[in-house]
Amino acid sequence: MTESAHSPETAVMPAARPSGGRRTRGERIWRALRKAPPSAWFGIVVIGIYLVVAIFAHWIAPYSETALVGGAYEPWGEQFLLGTDQLGRDMLSRLIYGARNTVGIAFVTTLLSFAVGGVLGLIAAVSGGWIDQVLGRMIDVLMAIPQLIFALVLLSILGSSVVNLILIIALLDSTRVFRLSRSVSQGVVVMDYVEAARLRGEKLPWIMGREILPNIMPPLVAEFGLRFCFVFLTIAALSFLGLGIQPPTADWGSMVRDNAALITYGDITPLLPAGAIALLTVSVNFVVDWFLHKASGLRE
Amino acid sequence: MNNTVKPIGDGRTKGDVLLEIRNLQIEGESDEIWRPIVKGVDLTLKRGEVLGLIGESGAGKSTIGLAAMGYARGGCRISGGSVVFDGIDLLAAGDEARRKLRGSRIAYVAQSAAASFNPAHQLMAQTIESVTREGIKGKGEAEKDAVELYRRLRLPNPEEIGFRYPHQVSGGQLQRAMTAMAMTCRPDLIIFDEPTTALDVTTQVEVLAAIRDIVEQFSTAAIYITHDLAVVAQMADRIKVLRYGKQVEEAPTREMLASPREDYTKSLWSVRKLGKQEQAGGEPILEVRNVTAAYGNAVRVLSDVTVTVPRGRTVAVVGESGSGKSTLARVITGLLPPLEGEIVFNGKTLPRALKERAQDTLRRIQMIYQMPDTALNPRQTVYDVIGRPVEFYRGLTGAKKEARVVELLKLIEMDEGYIDRLPGELSGGQKQRICIARALAAEPELIICDEVTSALDQIVQEGILQLLMRLQRELHVSYLFITHDIATVRAISDEIVVMFQGRVVQQGPKTQVLSPPHPPYTELLLSSVPEMDPDWLTNLLTRRKDQPVAMKAGDR
Repeated sequence: MTESAHSPETAVMPAARPSGGRRTRGERIWRALRKAPPSAWFGIVVIGIYLVVAIFAHWIAPYSETALVGGAYEPWGEQFLLGTDQLGRDMLSRLIYGARNTVGIAFVTTLLSFAVGGVLGLIAAVSGGWIDQVLGRMIDVLMAIPQLIFALVLLSILGSSVVNLILIIALLDSTRVFRLSRSVSQGVVVMDYVEAARLRGEKLPWIMGREILPNIMPPLVAEFGLRFCFVFLTIAALSFLGLGIQPPTADWGSMVRDNAALITYGDITPLLPAGAIALLTVSVNFVVDWFLHKASGLRE
Repeated sequence: MNNTVKPIGDGRTKGDVLLEIRNLQIEGESDEIWRPIVKGVDLTLKRGEVLGLIGESGAGKSTIGLAAMGYARGGCRISGGSVVFDGIDLLAAGDEARRKLRGSRIAYVAQSAAASFNPAHQLMAQTIESVTREGIKGKGEAEKDAVELYRRLRLPNPEEIGFRYPHQVSGGQLQRAMTAMAMTCRPDLIIFDEPTTALDVTTQVEVLAAIRDIVEQFSTAAIYITHDLAVVAQMADRIKVLRYGKQVEEAPTREMLASPREDYTKSLWSVRKLGKQEQAGGEPILEVRNVTAAYGNAVRVLSDVTVTVPRGRTVAVVGESGSGKSTLARVITGLLPPLEGEIVFNGKTLPRALKERAQDTLRRIQMIYQMPDTALNPRQTVYDVIGRPVEFYRGLTGAKKEARVVELLKLIEMDEGYIDRLPGELSGGQKQRICIARALAAEPELIICDEVTSALDQIVQEGILQLLMRLQRELHVSYLFITHDIATVRAISDEIVVMFQGRVVQQGPKTQVLSPPHPPYTELLLSSVPEMDPDWLTNLLTRRKDQPVAMKAGDR
């Protein structure tokens, strides 16, 4: 036991701190952002603009979303930048308010579906056994029915209010979140540090929240972006079919439907809300791609 | 056809220079910065010669091994120097030329055969794939040759084993099949990258003997990479010691073993001399009585196991993989409730299942794991890891908790500067120390150490073992030390329990178990542990030929 002189491990080890101490969270994020590819930057900027528009819709929009301010189907011009719709409401204002309504509802719905699906998935993975089986089979049943049709049926029965819309889509979407969260958690549950926590006597919430959740965040966040797009498209589709967000609330899906007739006359106005949907979807995907790329690579 | 088998003579015929590496420099990328991994290494290998490369992890052994084939792993690049194989400059030759050579004249045997074989194809198809693809041999001829190689490598049923899938044969057999795969093209050079590290000692002997024989028979040149000195002593003609990507020294094996010149080499040599005076047992702190356990309703993993741990002492549990050592730990901790038998701790019978045990009982029995990488949550800092049991068991928070964490860090010989580090920012040995500190934070009476040193380099191992012994002297904790490494057992234990196939074969004080006469299995286990003597393997094989070991457990 005399060979300690050769080993850097046996003397008290001073920690050579990187200059200026550990990087803070903000610094790490900024560092990552600086290295982001142009596509990710494009996505971030577009999402940022959407957010600003949605939050400050009241101040940005020239008119109210429901006010009849002119004749039906007025062309683009000085007074109405993008013309008016079939009832004479300002198209631009409705587009701006639509960002708030459609994006806001989609965001709340996705958040809810992640809360439900994520927590259930974690519980299933940590508990295993019959709890896992019961939850898994219930989810299977929900997934067996085509999502859009199921949503249509439920909305027809329960009536299409915003709350119902959010609850139903969140429930249907949480099935996929459940699957993801369960499978990535299962990879973490078998780790020795989870066993160590169990041996310590930790309860379920600690194991789920402190030991597992931080390790499955990257795939969950990436999935959040994608699911947000799908929810968004589902709402637009439901609105287009007349069971989504109800008039007179401005919504991109129903705006396409209401003004679809104009396309026949070579007017591209009804494509604007569709384009807004497409642009946001593409942007979110750019950001998610970048995030996935980062998460799958070497950790900092 | 490269089938010129040189005469199998006494010893290896060494010819002209086959491989010459000059001033090799390799860089690796992390965070978009290229850092040197190998800093100017020279290497010369003659035909029919075996060169051993040793060093701790991160010394650049494997990287050099791959560079000898003109290959750099993803994230690495060869930035300087030359690699000349039989007159061909590998670094200057194109990808296509290099690939041709790799299939036919240079071969590689990886550490984990289990991970290197494709589970969807039979062994035979994979063994002959490269020769038939390169068009060196026809399919029929290659298969016949593969069977011959299987026979020479002493695989059971050489005619039939080729039709098995990788999961149907054992790890040791797979490693030999991989060697056969490398030999099919009769390469001039084989690179063995830790081929026996993942195997049990009893299996390791078989594989080592097979590899040595076949390399000798075909007088193939080889680079043998390992961190185990005793192994390299059996295999190599010359040994090259590496550290931090540089050569420390190089000499013929016997010379190197007898008189290492550099301090670093001497320290490697002396690690195995760690020892502890055996102390007699006192009152028992833990008694495992007649425990039988199984996973599900399947095969019994433990049958009628009785083990006693005296207070303040170290009991080592030894045995090869599958002997039930780790299952024993799971039964004691309550993770796997036993079917029969009882666990008595401090004179009281413990509830079988973890959930029924009181928090204070859990506190008294702590566990340290084999792989510090998976035992520490990568998202928790050192403070979180050590602080949690302090808070959980003792209810300390804020400044008191922090003071205790710092105190624990001192105890494991690390300073408080580490407190905000994440596990990814620590070395393997440091991580294992943090795991020890986490166990100590609970102020336990018994610590179960499950192969705590087997994932670490030898020098680091020594540091960890010394720390554990010091902690035992200062804190009077008892250890149940699970290991397959006899050298570790010699170093730290007071008593030894030998396990085989879920049963206790032998148990008693260290000196008694380690001195003859041994029961057959203990004999097999003890005699399979490589020694630093270069003639050890030869002598062992002669001895075993004369008196076959009764219990043949090695073939898995």
